Amino acid sequence: MKNINYKGYYFIAPFFIVFLIFNVYPVFLTFYYTFTQYEGYGKPTFIGLDNYARIITDTYFLEAFMNTWKIWGFNFILQLGIALLLAALFSDLRFRIKGLGFFRAVFYLPNLITVSSVALLFGIMLDWQYGSINQLLLNIGIISEPIHWLNQPFTAQLSVSLILTWMWFGFTFIVIMAGVSGISKDYYEAALMDGANSRQTFTKITMPLLKPILLYVLITSLIGGLQLFELPMLMSKNGLGEPEGSLNTMVLYLYNQAFRYNNYGYAATIAYALFLITVIFSAVTFKSMYRDAKVMKNRGE
Amino acid sequence: MKTQNVLKTENQMIHTPKKVKNSKNKTIKIIIYVLLIVLTIISVIPFYMMIINATRSNKEIILGFSFIPGSSLIDNYKTMIEYVNIWVGFRNSLFVSVCVTLLSGYFSALTAFGFAVYQFKGKNILFLFMLIMMMVPGQLGLIGFYELNKFLGTLDTYIPLIIPAIASPFVVFFLRQYLSSTLHPSLLEAARMDGAGELRIFHTVALPIMMPAVATMSIFTFIGSWNNYLVPLVMLFSPDKFTLPVLMGFLKGSQVAENLGSLYLGIAISVVPIMIAFLFFSKYIINNISAGSIKE
Repeated sequence: MKNINYKGYYFIAPFFIVFLIFNVYPVFLTFYYTFTQYEGYGKPTFIGLDNYARIITDTYFLEAFMNTWKIWGFNFILQLGIALLLAALFSDLRFRIKGLGFFRAVFYLPNLITVSSVALLFGIMLDWQYGSINQLLLNIGIISEPIHWLNQPFTAQLSVSLILTWMWFGFTFIVIMAGVSGISKDYYEAALMDGANSRQTFTKITMPLLKPILLYVLITSLIGGLQLFELPMLMSKNGLGEPEGSLNTMVLYLYNQAFRYNNYGYAATIAYALFLITVIFSAVTFKSMYRDAKVMKNRGE
Repeated sequence: MKTQNVLKTENQMIHTPKKVKNSKNKTIKIIIYVLLIVLTIISVIPFYMMIINATRSNKEIILGFSFIPGSSLIDNYKTMIEYVNIWVGFRNSLFVSVCVTLLSGYFSALTAFGFAVYQFKGKNILFLFMLIMMMVPGQLGLIGFYELNKFLGTLDTYIPLIIPAIASPFVVFFLRQYLSSTLHPSLLEAARMDGAGELRIFHTVALPIMMPAVATMSIFTFIGSWNNYLVPLVMLFSPDKFTLPVLMGFLKGSQVAENLGSLYLGIAISVVPIMIAFLFFSKYIINNISAGSIKE
């Protein structure tokens, strides 16, 4: 029979042609721009490492970096806490909570909605004067004066953080619940026989066995969090990360540098800095979690 | 089916026989259900407020909030449509997302087939290269991507939004895994004996086998494309070409924003269809998230 293996090239050719043009080439082109000053017209001027020198000392970038961490970090702790609590409740044999399918779907719903619609919705609901949230809180009597949610740095960050939690706790719950249902129920029965309480069952059985899933949740959430853009863009007054730059995240800074101020060279440098940060933090997270898992295993033996 | 198994194991786990009945547990149980109901309300109430406010006039919304619908739905709609035609955004989004989903599904299947069936030189290196590029976040090449499209003259068209879908590394990766466990070489041999060409074999033998996996990926591709904000925001300038997410941003700065009821209505129109679709697909989507995370 004649050799037809070369035909494989025909099958993968369209993919790789498009991939090289629209995916790989722009990545390298962007890298080239990091060494240039470029306003989007004319020819890029080669300026060596000036952009890199600038980004290291750029307080706005540092601020954007810190903002991204604060907003993502608080949201992640809260979101993971809620998801773990829910997973613990649903996996507890004592209570036999019903309606897992229903609750999973309802908690997941906010995640499916277009982020820009969510941003717009909360943008008007958090309006200090006419927003439904202040009106509701005033009506119930939780607060006596309207809160300027999006006009003060702290409450603005808190609001975005809480919206992120609202959007993502359902997803995290589904993923963790999937991990929990993968754990053999024999462990839980044995624990029940031995008279372990809920807390013990959770910390000694569920948590250690969930480690790989938690790693997955942490890394995907971290990567997504570092790319936070839509919410701060559409919830700050002019899309510049107001108030007082508290909603200025790294990708928002990148966007504004490129498409508002036409600093393409510097924006490209921000993109690469963001990439480097993502790689470093993913690697560190992965490594530390992996080492922990190894230590646990050795102890077990 | 696999999805049913996932559910079954969960049910078994919850219903494992062991009767513990005392009043303390009952109280805790009530507390748990209260907590779950509170979380349910939190998840849903922003959407409820959105729908209610979409039916109330600007004046009513300013004066205070209400759980009861108003009667200004039609007025709000008229005000909104005067400034922004949201259905155009809807149509654009639908067009882009459908094209992206079709291209991504078809060409990913084609590429996965090429990788799974043939032994050619450089295959593993190409596959590895694809996997490495898969890890690179989208923003990394954004500036270069914009410049490329400026050079090609494709800014303010749907080409930069649609054509790159031909190269979807993650879908290829997923389909290749799927194919290597479902496609038997004997099937291909039999087809070749019958004198079918390779492309024909792909269309008549491999593609039907891959369809369930393609469908799974398509849902996520579609949602991802539908919700995509950054790339269309950068690429599109003409309001009549805006996709729905970009139009939402446009809505914020437009005159519609002065009438809160209309603004709420605009948001509601962008949100409600997804919610309705979710009613039908929720089990499918959630089971796929579950299955995907376990495999990692």
